[in-house]
Amino acid sequence: MWRTTWRNLLAHKLRLAMSGLAIVLGVAFVVGTLIFTDTLSKTFDDLFRSTVADVTVTRAAAFDQGLAGTGAGGTATLVPDDLVDEIAGVDGVAAVAGDITAEGVYILDPDGEVLDTGGAPGIGINWITEEAVSVTTLVEGRAAAGPGEVMIDTGAAEETGYDIGDTVPLLTPGPRVEAELVGTFRFGEEGGLAGASLTAFDTATAQELLTAPGQFTGIGVAADEGVDPGELADRVAAAVGPDYDVRTAAEEADSLASDFSEALQFFNIFLLVFAGIALFVGTFIILNTFSMLVAQRTRELALLRALGASRAQITRSVLGEALAVGVVGSTIGLAAGYGIAAGLRALFGSFGLTLDGSLVFAVDTVLWAYAVGVLVTLVAAYLPARRAAGMPPVAAMRDDVVTAQRGLGRRTAVGILLAAAGAAALVAGTLTGDGGTAASLVGLGALGLILGATALSPVLARPFLRGVGAVLPAVWGTTGRLAQENAVRNPRRTAATASALMIGLALVSAFSVIGASTNASIDRLIAGSVRAEFVVSSAVGQPFSTDVATRISEVDDVETVMPLRWGQAQLDDEVTFLTAVDPSGLDRSVELTWVSGSADGLGDDGLIVDEATADARGWSVGDPVDMRSVDGRQQELVVSGIFESNQVVGSSIVSLDTLGGAGGVAQDRFLFVDLADGAATADVRPQLEEVLGAFPIVDLKDQGEFSDEQKGQVDQLLLLINAMLVLSVLIAALGIVNTLAMSVIERTREIGLLRAVGLGRTQLRRMVRLEAVLISVYGAVLGLVLGTVFGVALSRALADQGITEVVVPWPRMAVFLLVAAVIGVLAAVGPARRAARLRILDAIARA
Amino acid sequence: MTSLPPTEAHSATAPAARGRSLTKVFGEGDTRVVALDGVDVDFARGHFTAIMGPSGSGKSTLMHCMAGLDSVSSGQAFIGDVELSTLDDKALTVLRRDRVGFVFQAFNLLPTLTAMENITLPMDIAGRKPDRDWLDTVIDTVGLRPRLTHRPSELSGGQQQRVACARALAGRPDIVFADEPTGNLDSRSGADVLHFLRRSVRDMGQTVVMVTHDPTAAGYADRVLFLADGRIVDEMPEPTADRVLERLKALDPDSGGEQPAAPGDDTRAAVR
Repeated sequence: MWRTTWRNLLAHKLRLAMSGLAIVLGVAFVVGTLIFTDTLSKTFDDLFRSTVADVTVTRAAAFDQGLAGTGAGGTATLVPDDLVDEIAGVDGVAAVAGDITAEGVYILDPDGEVLDTGGAPGIGINWITEEAVSVTTLVEGRAAAGPGEVMIDTGAAEETGYDIGDTVPLLTPGPRVEAELVGTFRFGEEGGLAGASLTAFDTATAQELLTAPGQFTGIGVAADEGVDPGELADRVAAAVGPDYDVRTAAEEADSLASDFSEALQFFNIFLLVFAGIALFVGTFIILNTFSMLVAQRTRELALLRALGASRAQITRSVLGEALAVGVVGSTIGLAAGYGIAAGLRALFGSFGLTLDGSLVFAVDTVLWAYAVGVLVTLVAAYLPARRAAGMPPVAAMRDDVVTAQRGLGRRTAVGILLAAAGAAALVAGTLTGDGGTAASLVGLGALGLILGATALSPVLARPFLRGVGAVLPAVWGTTGRLAQENAVRNPRRTAATASALMIGLALVSAFSVIGASTNASIDRLIAGSVRAEFVVSSAVGQPFSTDVATRISEVDDVETVMPLRWGQAQLDDEVTFLTAVDPSGLDRSVELTWVSGSADGLGDDGLIVDEATADARGWSVGDPVDMRSVDGRQQELVVSGIFESNQVVGSSIVSLDTLGGAGGVAQDRFLFVDLADGAATADVRPQLEEVLGAFPIVDLKDQGEFSDEQKGQVDQLLLLINAMLVLSVLIAALGIVNTLAMSVIERTREIGLLRAVGLGRTQLRRMVRLEAVLISVYGAVLGLVLGTVFGVALSRALADQGITEVVVPWPRMAVFLLVAAVIGVLAAVGPARRAARLRILDAIARA
Repeated sequence: MTSLPPTEAHSATAPAARGRSLTKVFGEGDTRVVALDGVDVDFARGHFTAIMGPSGSGKSTLMHCMAGLDSVSSGQAFIGDVELSTLDDKALTVLRRDRVGFVFQAFNLLPTLTAMENITLPMDIAGRKPDRDWLDTVIDTVGLRPRLTHRPSELSGGQQQRVACARALAGRPDIVFADEPTGNLDSRSGADVLHFLRRSVRDMGQTVVMVTHDPTAAGYADRVLFLADGRIVDEMPEPTADRVLERLKALDPDSGGEQPAAPGDDTRAAVR
């Protein structure tokens, strides 16, 4: 039997290559994702490991802030300098130095633009002279020694083109400064910074700009030779007392790496979801390919049965082919995945996130590639294999080979059941209105509906192809009629082919609906809740100096400037993301709709929260709330108001004083600029722009521009998601090519007959093309309908999260439909050419 | 639609189709096979001609070359006054569609179309309205009126071949080529089809050329051409089944003329 399997593989190279391609793409995506994320982790792991001192001392945080440097935390807890001397006295300490690390230091290039870090932070540090503790190495020049001197990392120097002796303008959490570049340095062993920029000052200047005189963000300790870091850490811990965390290099690196891999996990899952979708879509193509191969070989398989091959042997023979395709496809996919990972690295590099070192090719990756590729192929080939085994031996004797068209009864029942369950979950999710639960219900519902639609699509195909397909004969006459009939002929195949496209388009259109709804909601939200004439913020929410607010408030006709900051604290023992505002400017800056209470109490230890938070935490106006800052400071707050959810301000708001500075220099995230009544916006704007010219990290935006900026972020995310989904659409297109190619082969004699009785080559090509378009439009229509339903349901379910509007972008949907038709046309090019090239006599003569 | 002169322009005596020095060679070197070797042939208008010969004699090749399904290596094939080698694929397609009718041994009908749609297919492709009266005559002659809305899978083999004949005649072609039209039928269904072809010539004035290896089928023709080794070796007017059988035995003592070799085999063997 194995010989037959092998012969068949060779005989159907092209057809198998098509289904193999689906595997290759899916596996490549999985592999690319795994390699890239492994590489990313390793890069950071190495970075962390090479850049921490033997023992690190920081102030014990009251709670875990999550990944530092994501911008959400921002507040560092400080360590006084007398502690440095104290630790120096501990037995076994070779060297000790206080270090300062703070975000919000941006290097401006000679054009006055902020050095692009691709979203990575601009970090300021103090230059540590004790080499045993330092994680930086001087490359050129000398150490900074005073307020007018600065050092930058070699990457930043290269990118900006600054040389030693140049004057470098810098934005700091405090003022904008200009300093002479006296040295460049490398961070860690390799200098890899993953895009972030580093600026070093001498310790006194760093304290002045980034922390406070006499304050560090941490202390690094180097152990004497022969002293175990663990033991030293214990000794240091005993010396400094319980207010401080003391960690060895290994612990510190692990803690950083685990925080980081948590953040990475999301990215990983995000990419793998798309790989999964691609593979799922690929399953249809493999299923289709094997179904057709089996159908074509009906007589051959029946002959084998007649000659005494058992059912199991036939099944094994077909599965054997699938196995071979899976293995070959996975292997190629593995290689292609390496290419994808390299591409991703290059892509990230172009955004400034440079990953050094080679790609990490783990054994796990190889295992996953084969497991996924082979398993998917086998699963997809199982049904056709079973069908092949069920072939009655007598089929070999029949002259006309007709693909058995089994009833669709069971399929219909299962489909309806799945679709009904899906719809129920969808509706339930929409009605629940409780953020997370609702979204997962909608997700489950969507899955049910997709599976239901897949099961039902052969049943739905006939009425659709008859109804909508009637356009073809109406416009293209007999050619159209033939195309329509060909599409209807095997509804299972048409449906399976269309299903692949359906899934891709369902997702694309669902995201489009959500995107459009989100954008409409943003427009409405900002128009309805921002009272200030202007908003000042950086592009990706980076923090900026409070100097900006001070300078703006000096401009004539500016009535109020309300800063908005972010922070974290424990409220009643639960870590909560906080927004801090200036209570006096709140009313003029944003419009809140009050459910109860007001913002009046905000100035004196008040807390205002949105409705959802109040409901979730069981708070009502007048309730006391315990607040614990990251540095352990405790305050008693009182809930003074509850407002309707508003994404502009966040969910829990306190005053700037209440948030306070746990350490470091306070920085703003947003400024709301309100002009005096009667002031001409157009006149004030140039003055504001001039002030902001010194702070290129931030932009001035009126309401419309602010809206556009927020929407721009949504659009960008949407673009990214759609770019990923293009993969599944591509695989679906391959499926159409495959189906058509096989149809052409199956219908060789018909094509010969048609040509003999006078169908021209052009007409023949058109016939194949129209069939392809009909199939792809069917898939697109199913997909768009499902996608719209998903999108609307999810938008409704997320009403709590600020998606207040539901918008279906009809023009875009029309474009998708058009694109699907074009995909059909393109997919038909090869098969149509092949059909037209058939020699009539060969075609007729083929038995 | 077509640049070809209308059928009426021909004089009644001119042949519907003719071949001059038709030569067809397959393959090269060792595999070189001469399927047709300088054949001159006339197919008279209003006549029913049968082409016979042992397997590999070139009878199917002759028909394919005359019908514009295959090209000749040298020589000229005419449908009316049109020499086929002067036509490009497009013109040849139009010629087949408008001026030639085909009946193949098997797989004559598109499974997706009804009998009626199959009959009018060439005219539908051309975007032409069929001549209603003529169509009615053809349909009534084949006796398929009650079956017109059926799909091929709902028709018997004989009925399917009669539909194919009706399609071949529906467009009033200059000439109908039938390649073993009864090869797959039982003798009764075969007789129905042959009667119909006979009537289409006698009563409706059509021209039919039929390739067959069955002496009984050949007995329905006005004239039989015998091919051997790519040449016309004999011709028999007013044939009967017995005389044809005798003649065949003389031509190819091995086969005895009875061999039900799959028709078309000769062509395929030559092509491969």
